[in-house]
Amino acid sequence: MTEAKKTPLLDELEKGPWPSFVKEMKRAAANSPSAQDLLGQLELSYVDKKAHWKHGGLVGVMGYGGGVIGRYSDVPEQFPNVEMFHTIRLNQPSGWYYTTKALRQVCDVWEKYGSGLTNLHGSTGDMVLLGTQTDKIQTIFDEVSNFEEHPFDLGGSGSNLRTPSCCAGPARCEFAMIDTLDLCHDLTNEFQDYLHRPMWPYKCKIKISGCPNDCVASIARSDISIQGTWRDDIKIDQEAVRQYVAEGFDIEGLVIAKCPTKCMSWDGNELTIDNANCTRCMHCINKMCKALRPGDDRGATILIGGKAPILQGAMMGWVIIPFMKLEPPYEELKEFLEKVWEWWDENGKTRERIGELILRLGMRNFLRAVDLEPIPQMVQAPRANPFFFWWPEEVVQD
Amino acid sequence: MAQARTDIGPPLYKDMLPPIIKENYGKWRYHEILKPGVLVHVSETGAKLYTVRAGSPRLISIYFIREICDLADKYCDGYLRFTSRNNIEFLLSDESKIDPLIEDLKALGIPVGGTGNSITNIVHTQGWVHCHTPATDASGIVKAVMDELFEYFTTMKLPAKLRIALACCLNMCGAVHCSDIAILGIHRTVPKIDHENLHKLCEIPTLTASCPTAAIRPNPKLKSIEIKAERCMYCGNCYTMCPSVHIIDPKNDAVSIWVGGKISNSRIGPRFSRLAIPFLPNNPPRWPEVVDAVKKLVEVWAANAQPGERMAEWIDRISWEKFFEITGLPFTDKHIDDFTLAQTTFRCTTQFKW
Repeated sequence: MTEAKKTPLLDELEKGPWPSFVKEMKRAAANSPSAQDLLGQLELSYVDKKAHWKHGGLVGVMGYGGGVIGRYSDVPEQFPNVEMFHTIRLNQPSGWYYTTKALRQVCDVWEKYGSGLTNLHGSTGDMVLLGTQTDKIQTIFDEVSNFEEHPFDLGGSGSNLRTPSCCAGPARCEFAMIDTLDLCHDLTNEFQDYLHRPMWPYKCKIKISGCPNDCVASIARSDISIQGTWRDDIKIDQEAVRQYVAEGFDIEGLVIAKCPTKCMSWDGNELTIDNANCTRCMHCINKMCKALRPGDDRGATILIGGKAPILQGAMMGWVIIPFMKLEPPYEELKEFLEKVWEWWDENGKTRERIGELILRLGMRNFLRAVDLEPIPQMVQAPRANPFFFWWPEEVVQD
Repeated sequence: MAQARTDIGPPLYKDMLPPIIKENYGKWRYHEILKPGVLVHVSETGAKLYTVRAGSPRLISIYFIREICDLADKYCDGYLRFTSRNNIEFLLSDESKIDPLIEDLKALGIPVGGTGNSITNIVHTQGWVHCHTPATDASGIVKAVMDELFEYFTTMKLPAKLRIALACCLNMCGAVHCSDIAILGIHRTVPKIDHENLHKLCEIPTLTASCPTAAIRPNPKLKSIEIKAERCMYCGNCYTMCPSVHIIDPKNDAVSIWVGGKISNSRIGPRFSRLAIPFLPNNPPRWPEVVDAVKKLVEVWAANAQPGERMAEWIDRISWEKFFEITGLPFTDKHIDDFTLAQTTFRCTTQFKW
């Protein structure tokens, strides 16, 4: 072990009531020279006000094109134990449910071959193991993928399908209108090849929420956002509504007045919902979940194009399929996804996300490519400008 | 030596679910928040599942994981989960174990809360800990902000929920752009080009194509590129493509604050966060200016919003001009968009407030 360096700036972040990541780094550093040098290098970053990591670097596991991210220090002479400090992404189980056995066995492997530091979880959803050396990566993978119980596979990185993720789902939530856990697991397995072998123009993310509350932020954080919804009437238990009011719940102020389409009324005894005007925002159900439930005709809305700002600015997903039934084996969805990816793969430029390609080539071309009819649910409003295209077959040719 | 095998897929979630969940899968009827950080989900069968939600710094050691596993073994038959905002959730079927679990969590310094009208854990990125493009650190700011807002994690006294997220550069691997309050690291200067090495390390056509404002042109004489300074908006995408275009500038890299975004469809639909504060200094180790700005925003909103009104809904009701007046934040030319969708944000009505 090298001698522990002083970290006066980071020590300031051990103070205060919120759990401290510096404390975690120090715990790891007590047993890991690389965690110790990470601490030292981070202290240097706090002095210099900049990161001390070099740009990228290719490392990997046999048979995979992604899942491991190379990371090299730009001050290795000062911190030799983080000269290499690579990240391994492990594909989390659907909904981030774990047994302690599953977590402990990963910890044991990471204690042997890594820094002992992790993120539970990374932004895309993976279990992130932070910091190991090139020669240990294959061993780590071989061990985690050969656990007798709960073996782990790598997650995605690079220009591939990123690890799909989903909300708590029907395992722990009454709002889940699709089986997000099963769908996430099924799609991940179905598209393993896309996930592990980067072959696309850029990354593509799938996130699945069981209802329009969208707890996994799919609309902002995924190219393909799948959100559970329903088509029939909200189910009302009038007795339970009266119970809420009897207990002093402000139904007028907190529910009726806040309904975005004003489709609800309360006459002091009965709650009435004009379902034809309901946009299924979930507010009333969220507030009165003992009395109100979504209808029984359940499926999902699929939105496409969501992403962070790079390159053409941040985008939220656009409604592309207002309603699709989602039952195993999810054939309709899988066929749709294959069509989307094929069009994108064929037409996308390097590092062009699906949403950006749709903007560049026009939604009409995208809709044709994936065999969807345009419908008003796809837009906020029709176009206001008179510049628009016609297909050759729609005009008289000379 | 273990044999290499590939494409086995993630561990099966069904094997990770406690018996009470297996028995009541898809049968949950409703839920209630019993107290801050404690939920009960009630099934059609009458079964009750209790959840204790606890905060985590996300960057955690295996020793922390083993500690929470010990608690899950002691109180939850070995089952637990994590939320999309990096909280830990302990899943209990025995109500009498809730308070002892909370006591044990407290003893470990792990706070319980983040439910209902609270500020839950901050979603964030890697920062200086493990990324090569950041304009600021992530974990450090998050720790400093959560220390200051701690009481809002452990209570539910706000008008509505408030979601904070942090990304340390515009790559936004935390996709913070739809948060009630977003903390975003920004670069503010044109990248410096290492002409010597550029042609050895980078592909010039890919590099020119990487610029969203077409500021990069080839410079055939130097076998390099040049950047039109007046077009560059410092997004750093060129640096992602090419290590010889240095975007990192410790003297100028800074933090910006954005407000009024949301994800969920409840009431008003999802929307982007908008620029509130274009510049705050990068001031480690505790970023006092950022902490102060976030706290003030939370408290101004809490004092002025109606019950149930999230940041975006409050601003919708009072207007952006009133938002700047009430918060006392200066409105500058930085607040007026000049990127691709600028015109969608200009006002085209004589209706406004003074």
